[in-house]
Formats: sequence, C-alpha cells, structure tokens
Amino acid sequence: MAELTYLQAISDGLRTEMRRNDKVFLIGEDVGVYGGAFKVSLGFQEEFGPWRVIDAPLAETAILGACTGAAMMGMRPVAEMQFADFISCAWDHLVTVAAKQRWRAGTPVPIVVRLPSGGGFSGGPFHSQNPESSFAHIPGLKCVCPSTPEDAKGLLISAIEDPNPVLFFEHKHLYRRIKAEVPEERYTTPIGKARIHKEGDDLTVVTWGAMVYTAEEAAQQLENDGVSVEIIDLRTILPWDKAAVLESVRKTSKLLVLHEDTHTGGFGAEIVASVAEEAFEDLDGPVRRITAPDCPVPFAPPLEKAYIPQVEDVVKGLRELAEY
Amino acid sequence: MAIAREAEPVGSLSEVKEAGLDREDLLGIYRNMLITRGVEERGHILYRQGKIPGSFYTGRGNEAASTAVATAMGPDDVGTPLHRDMGVHITRGVEPWKIFAQFMGRQDGPTHGRDGNVHMADAKLGMIAMVSHLPAMLPVAVGCALAFRIREERRVAVAWFGEGASARGDTHEGMTLAGTRDLPVVFVCDNNQWAYSTPTHLEFATEHVADRAQAYGFEGVVVDGTDVLAVYREAKRAIEKARNGGGPTLIECLTLRMEGHAVHDDAFYVPKVMFEKWAENDPIERFRTWLRDNVGMSDDDEAEITNGVKKLLNDALQRAEDSPLPDPADLTDGVYATPEDLDTPHHK
Repeated sequence: MAELTYLQAISDGLRTEMRRNDKVFLIGEDVGVYGGAFKVSLGFQEEFGPWRVIDAPLAETAILGACTGAAMMGMRPVAEMQFADFISCAWDHLVTVAAKQRWRAGTPVPIVVRLPSGGGFSGGPFHSQNPESSFAHIPGLKCVCPSTPEDAKGLLISAIEDPNPVLFFEHKHLYRRIKAEVPEERYTTPIGKARIHKEGDDLTVVTWGAMVYTAEEAAQQLENDGVSVEIIDLRTILPWDKAAVLESVRKTSKLLVLHEDTHTGGFGAEIVASVAEEAFEDLDGPVRRITAPDCPVPFAPPLEKAYIPQVEDVVKGLRELAEY
Repeated sequence: MAIAREAEPVGSLSEVKEAGLDREDLLGIYRNMLITRGVEERGHILYRQGKIPGSFYTGRGNEAASTAVATAMGPDDVGTPLHRDMGVHITRGVEPWKIFAQFMGRQDGPTHGRDGNVHMADAKLGMIAMVSHLPAMLPVAVGCALAFRIREERRVAVAWFGEGASARGDTHEGMTLAGTRDLPVVFVCDNNQWAYSTPTHLEFATEHVADRAQAYGFEGVVVDGTDVLAVYREAKRAIEKARNGGGPTLIECLTLRMEGHAVHDDAFYVPKVMFEKWAENDPIERFRTWLRDNVGMSDDDEAEITNGVKKLLNDALQRAEDSPLPDPADLTDGVYATPEDLDTPHHK
C-alpha cells in the first residue's frame, strides 16, 4: 500500500486502466502536453502518445459527442471536463444521445466523464458547482462521487469497466488535501454500494464527496456531547444505495442529509422522500436537509463560506435533531 | 461568390464506368431509389389510415442523394443517416418490413416501439440511430472517425445533416475537431432548401453551406442532389480521400423537399413555382431517363424492377402488420447496458 492523495489515486486508476486496455483513451482540454488543469494526466501523453491522450479544441460538445461515437465503435473513452461546470455545454450529448441509446437502439455507450467539481477556493459561479443532481434525474446515466483516495481509484476503474455512460465527480477540494493508503494493485469499488464512514447509534448523516469530512468533524463535536452519529458516504448517487440508508435510519430513527449542491430538487430531496415512503414508522423526528442555499456559488470568501455548508451548520442541525 | 467547388453534372456512361459502376450497379441504385420512395409512400398511407402513431416524415426528393452516398460507402464504413435519408437504410440492406414495423411501433421494429419514424439503425450494417436533435449526430460520427484513427483502421464515418442543422453549434464543433485532427469523416449536407418553414437565407448567410468547409481546413463541394451519379462520384472521391488519410470533406447536396416538413404540414409557405420546378427535377424520373438513354433500360427491365419492388413492399407490409405490439411489461428493461451488451462486432 502506498499513501496517495485523492488526485494521485485518480491518476493511478486511470493509468492502470490505460495500461491494461488499449481501447481506453483520454480526451479533454489541455490534458496532454499540460497534463490537465489539475495535473491528473501529468506524464500520460509521454507514456501513451498523442492519440490516446488527446488535446481537444475548446469544444465540450465535440468532446462528449466524439466520446459517444468512439464508444459505439468499441473504444472506452474517458473525457475530462476542465471543470464540472462546463458539462452544461455537453448536456445534450449525455442526456439526448448517450443516456438513451441503449434503451431505444440497443447500442451501449461506455464512456466516463471526469468532472472536477465543488467549491471552497473562491472559484466563483462557474468553477465551483456540484451539478450531480441534474444528472441523477436522467435514466441511463450513472453518477459517482468518491470521497476517499481508495474509492476514487476503485470507482474510476469500475466506471471505465462499466458498459454505460458514467459521470465521475471528483471533488477539487479533496485533490491534494486528502491523503490515504491506496492498494497498488488493480481493484474495483462497486457502483451503487454505500460505505459506512463512521458507525453510530443515535443519528444518521447521509452525504457524499467533500461533505463527508464536514460531517466527520461535526460528528466529533456531537460525540463529545455523548451523541453517537453514523455517517453514510453514499459514494454513488445514481444508482444510490437505498438499502444502506434505510438500514441505518431503522437503527438510529433520525436522518440528516447533507450536500454541497443547492437545496431545491437536490439529490437530498430524493433520499428524504424515499425514507418518508419506506421508513416512516421508523422515524423519531423530522428529516433534515443541510445544503447550499438556492443561489449561484459566490466568489468572495465570506460569501462562499456562507454558501457551502460548514461544520458549525451541521453541528447545529445535528444538535436540534438529537434534542427533538 | 462561392468558395466551395461546384461539381459538374455526370453525363456520359464512360464517366460512370470510370467511377466503378456497371449496368447492374446502376439498375440496383435505381431499384433502391424506388424502394426508398415506395417505403415512404406506403408509410404515408399507413399514417392516413391511422396505423402510425405520432407524426410521419418523408424524404421525397432526397432519394438520389441518400442512395448515392450510401452506395459509395465501404462495407466497414459507418454513418449517421437522418430522417430524409431512408435511401441509406435501404442501400445498406435494412429489410423494409422492419422499417414498417418501426413506423407502426411494433415489437419487431429495430427499436421495438421505443422510438418511431427513422429513429432507428441496424448497428450490424454500420449505422447509428439518429436523435431528433439532428446536428448532435455530427460529433458522434466524428467520434467514430476518431476511433478508426486511433486504431489505424482504414474506415470512414459519414455524417449527415440538413441546412437547418448547419446553424447549430454541434456542426461547428464537430467540424472543428474533425479538421484539426484530419479525421476520416465525410460530412453530407442535404440542403433541401427548407428547414420546416424556414428558407435557406435565414439559416446561413454564405452562398453555400459547403463554403464553410474552407474555414475548418478541408474541402467543400456543392453538388446537384438530384443527380444520383454526380453525388456518387463526389461521395466516392471524398470517402476514399478520407480512407487514405486525406481528412474530411463537406459535400452539400442541393436537393428538394417535395413535401411538407412532415405529413401534417401542407408547406403553404413554399412558393408554387418551386414545387413545379422540383417536379421537373424529380431525382427518380431524372435517373430513369438517364438509364433509358444511356444503358438501354427497356420497358421489360423497368417492369421487372417495378414489380419486384411492389412485391417486396406488399410482403413487407403484411409481415409488419403481423408483428405484435410491444409489451408494456418490458418498458424499463435495458435502460442500462450489461457487460453482455458489449459482445458486439464493434467491441470485440
């Protein structure tokens, strides 16, 4: 086992698959000579050549459309959006073509789209978003949001192996901040299986991505008060591990959903609605959501701090729920 | 001033023979054009009979362009034909009964009732099913060409679009990527002069759509889309150029939309004189005359072809009507692919 950052783990997963399968290629803006805006593919073009690490023109529609066509011809494309925010330019290709092709025409479209997402560094309205909920509404797509280096590698390999279009949301705030032991060999982490980040008995927090660490810090403070918090890291939101959430809610009877995306129609609403449908009798309090407010991501640090859920927001929410 | 090359019409038989077509090939193209029109005429009747749900689109006037380009493709080439390109499906060998089953939303249609109209494709015959967002298929075809280039295969992708679709960003992005990487793709614009009710001068400000090709770094050609042999010659040239590493070409076929946008549309906005002029240039009539004048297509030859097509379509219609309706119990099956789905010729 080597200690890798979250970013290094993503590189490791991608390199592993590119070495193993010559149908896997990477295409995106500045992914070749420059190694990607965040350096995930640093050194890849030297190893794999310019036709497997392809510097594309600034044209997300062409990138995603080309991935779809190449996938239909038997390749396993991995596209890098420079920032997850730019996926809006390629929405049509994911939603109109790739997501529906298997169902209506019988043609699988195995592509992976890597999406550096999330805020916390004054990226402003166009370099900070978490657009996963928009895509979780689209049948035919899969949405993956790892929070740990080990999951980042294992889920990326699973995504590349998957015969469907998979959106891989990699949280930029975790890239170099989170470091952990990662197996050196190839392994897969199943898509659709949650991970219990921390066991507890009194409250359940369901979250994913960078918010796992916010929940962890908040839970620590609650533990000091004698309240035991269970944290479920969903890891993937389409499909999502409903069984794991229901099991935890049945144990703790109290649920708080935490996400960095905005509130209305965020994926938290789906989780909460499912719990209300299927575990109503097990609840001992109202379900809570802590999310970003319904507004664009701001630039200035005090505004961004007010926007992204902070540890103290989660502590407050958990305390209220514990006392209910 | 046109920037694109304006292709000459095809006149002599020797010129056609040079392009690699013998008498049998020529009669085969004629037959495919008749099947193409026949499938759509029968479809129109089915629609009037209430047997086709939704709407119904035809490509009347586009039979020469679609059939000619498909004839010029190699067996391993692929393409993304659109709703005026029935001739591509016919030429690549799709059985008409499956097309009727598709029109009627039956279980045996290529999409099993999940999608309608020409939103279908037989992947084994090298085609990719179109979506309604027409220019979206251009970057997809470019991606097919990218796969061929990465694997160094001598295969070509053909991307169809209309002059209406030329207005959208997908067209620009697809051509930009294809041009920068010299990919083996041929863009075929069926300029049928009307995008629903919108005339060409409100879709593009150049003289020809093909004039844009120069801006993307490859050749643009304008060809009379009612001249099946001229389209064949230009398509063959462009496809072989792409196959030999010469990069993309944009071929603009000037065709006709002899009917409304779809069968519900009476096309009141198209000037009557235009329809009259189009009728004189009907691509099928034009080729028929050429065949009689140049390869001695006799009354007997013609009757044999016409009767064969009639029988094919009668049988096809019967078989399609016998096909069951899809079972709603299967509605949500196959939203996601399984690893077994990758067991296709393309993925091996």
